[in-house]
Amino acid sequence: MNEILLILGMMLVTFGVRYPMLAIVGRLQLPSSVIRALGYVPVAVLTAIIVPAVIMPQGDIDIGIDNAYLIAALLALIVSWRTKNLLATIVIGMGGFLLWRTVMGN
Amino acid sequence: MRHATLTVMTTQTTTIYTRRAEFLAGIKDTFPMVIGAIPFGIIFGAVAIAGGLSPAAVMGMSLFVFAGSAQFIGANLFSQGAGIGIIVLTTFVVNLRHALYGASLAPYVKHLSQRWLLPLAFTLTDETYAIVISHYQKHDDSPYKHWYFFGSEVIMYLNWQTCTLIGIIAGQQFSNLANLGLDFAMVVTFIGIVVPLVRNRPMLICAAAAGITSVLANDLPNRLGLMVAALVGIVAGMIAEEILLKQRHNESKETQS
Repeated sequence: MNEILLILGMMLVTFGVRYPMLAIVGRLQLPSSVIRALGYVPVAVLTAIIVPAVIMPQGDIDIGIDNAYLIAALLALIVSWRTKNLLATIVIGMGGFLLWRTVMGN
Repeated sequence: MRHATLTVMTTQTTTIYTRRAEFLAGIKDTFPMVIGAIPFGIIFGAVAIAGGLSPAAVMGMSLFVFAGSAQFIGANLFSQGAGIGIIVLTTFVVNLRHALYGASLAPYVKHLSQRWLLPLAFTLTDETYAIVISHYQKHDDSPYKHWYFFGSEVIMYLNWQTCTLIGIIAGQQFSNLANLGLDFAMVVTFIGIVVPLVRNRPMLICAAAAGITSVLANDLPNRLGLMVAALVGIVAGMIAEEILLKQRHNESKETQS
């Protein structure tokens, strides 16, 4: 069904990216502009997911102090920037989120 | 006589590399990253269940796709009602970085048969790439470094499956996980991944452009805004890099004259 198609599609494109370069390349040279563009992919994609989830968690822009998503994301940003530690960022960010939501009473 | 002993000794030091030792070293060196992946895997399982995927589909995604960030994004897009086409396209874009990893590892594995290359490629992750490329770059002549590669992948794979399963069970036990704030867990995980990647000004500009565009383009159907924002971010980053290079070039010219 739908779920099988979804997994099959995701599997094919993922393997389709992982395998050819590892197996074929060495001979083949990618244009340097493509290599540079690939370097920006993770930051561009992940930021494009993070920002709307944080600034508009309910669908409309909400940059008030009662937006726990926004406050906790800023906290996580600082922790990650300072420590570069994924686990610390997750734990402190989640803790901050739950705490702020309780404090703000929603 | 003396000479003979010496030869034996040198042979011994070169034959110290065994398949088993390489395999175990690969597991050992990957261990810190395995620990880091544990919360990520559990949260994925739970969030994907909360997002409406069936337990079999969540497990299947971990078994057959085996790409953490792409799985998170896929489950997230699914919960928002995005079409399969968009999800698959996004998965492709998110995983494009693996093409870079593949290209960089290719010279070291070109002697291997398909029997090796297929599983090595299938289970390649950011963590294994980081560990394995530095092992290949070490100046020793172990002929079994692909066993190190394999060991790193085996431990990452088994860990991810176990954690997904735990997450699925947790997600079923607590049916209203979104209210517990697990929907934020994905966001905070991504923050922890992205921030260390923003190492220079072009990356910062890339992130800013992608972030602003993602809010402006949020109303586009099928979450197409995500792709638009990612493209704008990539182009902005490349332009910024270009301008910065030119500036440096001009500055160095001025100091020379």
